Amino acid sequence: MFGKLSLSAIPYHDPIVMGAVYGSLLAGMGVIALITYFKKWPYLWTEWLTTVDHKKIGIMYIILAMIMLLRGFSDAIMMRAHQAIAVGASPGFLPPDHFNQIFSAHGTIMILFMAMPFFSGLMNIVVPQQIGARDVAFPFLNAVSLWLSVAGAMLVMVSLGVGEFSRAGWSGYTPLSEMAYSPDTGVDYWIWSIQISGAGTLLTGINFLVTTLKMRAPGMTLMRMPLFTWTTVFTNVLIIFAFPILTVALALLSLDRYCGMHFFTNDMGGNTMMYINLFWTWGHPEVYIVILPAFGIFSEVVATFSRKKLFGYGSLVYATAAIMFLSFSVWVHHFFTMGTSANVNIFFGISTMLIAIPTGVKVFNWLFTMYRGRVRFTSPLLWTLGFLTTFAVGGLTGVLLSMPPADYVLHNSLFLIAHFHNMLVPGVLFGFMAGYAYWFPKAIGFRLNETWGKLSFWFWLSGFYLAFIPLYILGFMGMPRRMQHFDNPAWQPYLIVAALGTLLILFGIGCTLMQLFVSIRQRQANRDLTGDPWDGRTLEWLTASPPAAYNFAVIPTVHDRDAFWDMKQNGTAYQKPDRYEDIEMPKNTVWGLAIGVFSFLFGFAMIWYIWWLAGLSFLGLIAVVIARASNDDTFEIIPAAEVARIEGLRPQKGTA
Amino acid sequence: MNQTHQNSTGAGSGTLKSYATGFILSIVLTAIPFMLVMNGSLSHSATIFCIFTAAILQIFVQLHYFLHLDRSSAMYWNLISLLFTFFIIFLFVGGSIWIMYSLHYRM
Amino acid sequence: MMQTQSLTMPGHASGEHGSHDVASTQALGFWIYLMSDLVVFSGLFATYVVMAHNYAGGPTGKELFHLPGALLETMLLLCSSAVYGLAMIAMHKGDKRLVLAGLAAALLLGLGFVCMEVSEFHAMISEGAGPQRSGFLSAFFTLVGTHGLHVSFGMLWMVVMMAQTAAKGLTGPVQARLSRLGMFWHFLDIVWIGLFSVVYLMGVMQ
Repeated sequence: MFGKLSLSAIPYHDPIVMGAVYGSLLAGMGVIALITYFKKWPYLWTEWLTTVDHKKIGIMYIILAMIMLLRGFSDAIMMRAHQAIAVGASPGFLPPDHFNQIFSAHGTIMILFMAMPFFSGLMNIVVPQQIGARDVAFPFLNAVSLWLSVAGAMLVMVSLGVGEFSRAGWSGYTPLSEMAYSPDTGVDYWIWSIQISGAGTLLTGINFLVTTLKMRAPGMTLMRMPLFTWTTVFTNVLIIFAFPILTVALALLSLDRYCGMHFFTNDMGGNTMMYINLFWTWGHPEVYIVILPAFGIFSEVVATFSRKKLFGYGSLVYATAAIMFLSFSVWVHHFFTMGTSANVNIFFGISTMLIAIPTGVKVFNWLFTMYRGRVRFTSPLLWTLGFLTTFAVGGLTGVLLSMPPADYVLHNSLFLIAHFHNMLVPGVLFGFMAGYAYWFPKAIGFRLNETWGKLSFWFWLSGFYLAFIPLYILGFMGMPRRMQHFDNPAWQPYLIVAALGTLLILFGIGCTLMQLFVSIRQRQANRDLTGDPWDGRTLEWLTASPPAAYNFAVIPTVHDRDAFWDMKQNGTAYQKPDRYEDIEMPKNTVWGLAIGVFSFLFGFAMIWYIWWLAGLSFLGLIAVVIARASNDDTFEIIPAAEVARIEGLRPQKGTA
Repeated sequence: MNQTHQNSTGAGSGTLKSYATGFILSIVLTAIPFMLVMNGSLSHSATIFCIFTAAILQIFVQLHYFLHLDRSSAMYWNLISLLFTFFIIFLFVGGSIWIMYSLHYRM
Repeated sequence: MMQTQSLTMPGHASGEHGSHDVASTQALGFWIYLMSDLVVFSGLFATYVVMAHNYAGGPTGKELFHLPGALLETMLLLCSSAVYGLAMIAMHKGDKRLVLAGLAAALLLGLGFVCMEVSEFHAMISEGAGPQRSGFLSAFFTLVGTHGLHVSFGMLWMVVMMAQTAAKGLTGPVQARLSRLGMFWHFLDIVWIGLFSVVYLMGVMQ
């Protein structure tokens, strides 16, 4: 009846896990209680759970990302704390089983459930506004994507208290992840959570590429688009062409595990290395998927806060295009040591080195934008400066690793861990924090407290250095990654320093939470009345903060790059039209949420071998799709009078 | 040009003649490789060459006559994305074969 | 799908608007989805080619594949694809009954294809050459089976479209959906070209 599921799946014996489970349940019930107390369920349902508004979907993505950041970071704290003491006679406080689940969950969560939703959220909120559009190309699919991501994340969360998570790393290498070596539910949780959210990501990629190609405002040629929109274009191309390979890799592994096939088994004609080849064919574009939007954010921030147009717009676009093309051709650098010939390794080594060049072009462009600009040191710009300095270091270590002979020594050591965190933290995370601070007023309607924001930055920056520079040194000293216990006492001081760095980052995260709390309390004083709190350059600053559902009552016509700046210079930015017209917008719907719920049930059922539930939820999915595809009444009209009323609520802006 | 109609998407759509042409060409391009393999009359590598050539040609035939792919502006992004997909397929499939063959050889 | 008909700055054209724009946006989105599906198939192709000789002492393609059967399957799918094209001609002429007939014919031919494939799989499994036998067979069943699954979903979609056409007539949204189904159906025949060439024809030649 319940497949493999029984009460013994709950890890009563592990106090740390049970503590986390009780804590999460308590927090969840607390939220539910608050919503009930304030009688907000109808509001939540109509305004958020059934919405197809890209701006609200974006906000929900970012909430998901922030929650998963906390979960992924608690994994990091545990690992650092444990490794700081697990030397020689001390076994540490995490037994191997638990430690292995933690590093697997940490990577999976941070990349797939923190970074991906975070950038999806920012892209959702910003891109349609930047191109002067009212919506995305496929609003319903947009909601579906969100709820598929939530379903995947919920599977990861449930794995904490029901069964176990994977112990095979975020990459799930075979044959370890095969049934013979991982017979429990762990790898299955990992497979289904990623497979389901991956489907959502693929839909997002298609949605936003089509949106950008087809729905730009009149006059906005491709070479007049803001850089953030450009980087999302390349990101979406990467998503569309890389994620299907992940789908294949996971599906084949599932067929091995569920049906006894022999794709990646050790025997019967399986080829374990083919999994690794497929995984990294996806995996390398994936890391560019998370970094390119961050590069786009830095471009926007640098230009706005230097009060100067971007230096070398064209070269920035072409450099990003080059990065996109190249990122499809470097994947073997993740497994130089697997045993291919020198010719194969050198080809991929050279292509990996080449990628540093367009990235360098971008760095110089950003620096030259700031040169002779009138720079304002707001928190988004601080995040950017932290990125520019620190990311360059990580890039250099990447070039070092791109040489196969060097990689032979450093592969899977802490040097590698330090390198990719050096890319992901100052690159991706700082970028998203900059974007969060930069676009928060637009999305929510009031500014964030700058003091707490800057404090958060300084803790993150110092914490990052303290946490990861020791790992570079440890890598040179020969310490491998993922070690639950070690015997070399010379390593311990560095790990203690790294743990202290993690503590600083914890303070940084605390500051961000404090910033949110304080900003909400001070929101009336910090309202963004004009929609343009930073004196911005691009079209999203033309809308109200937060924007009306339709973004623009009047679709702007674009004449130049930095379209909004151009309009402000010409005095055409805030012209009131003679009349307004009816606007057609998509209706809310429950079906997006329904698809998420059915997907979660399907994933859970497959993990626990509850076949009747899997079958039913799958049929439910098909039924929802058919029902939605047969529905022609999916739009509603906002009458011109209503548009006029909403526009009338905006405080009047003076001329120019 | 066989395709004279514009459908609701602005793209070309087929006529009876264009679908028939595509159909006949596809049949021919299917029959040839099947017969070559079933007969075994050519050498191994010549047969492989014919199979691939016929397949590629038939793919182009069906892309044009059935999927209405051409160089018109309505099909611009379709064509670009298809060419990019071919590039990606070449990279992924060719790369994988090269890599895995190298591993196979050395292990 | 939303209209972009809107008021713009005085004196300027408002850019694309009207229902044809909606359909072309949907068509492009679907096309790009098909491109991603092509990448799925190429991953399966790559896996198949890499594992094509991993017989694990079991049966090979030469022993298992039956070319006349593969040829008949190819013809069924090709005819189905061509017939769907005829249904599209009827759709542009507004001939609802002919559209339904064309869909039914395409559906039946597709059903013939799937039945032959299922029977082929069944025969192979009963003689011990199932997907669990070897890496080669796992790859074969998955590659060919994934294509067959796509065909089956296409057939389900055809049933839904026949119902919609019968109930609503050839409205704008119905026509747009029919043309997307057509793209899907033709695309599957194109993938099959690669499949029969690489799997069946080359498999028999080893």
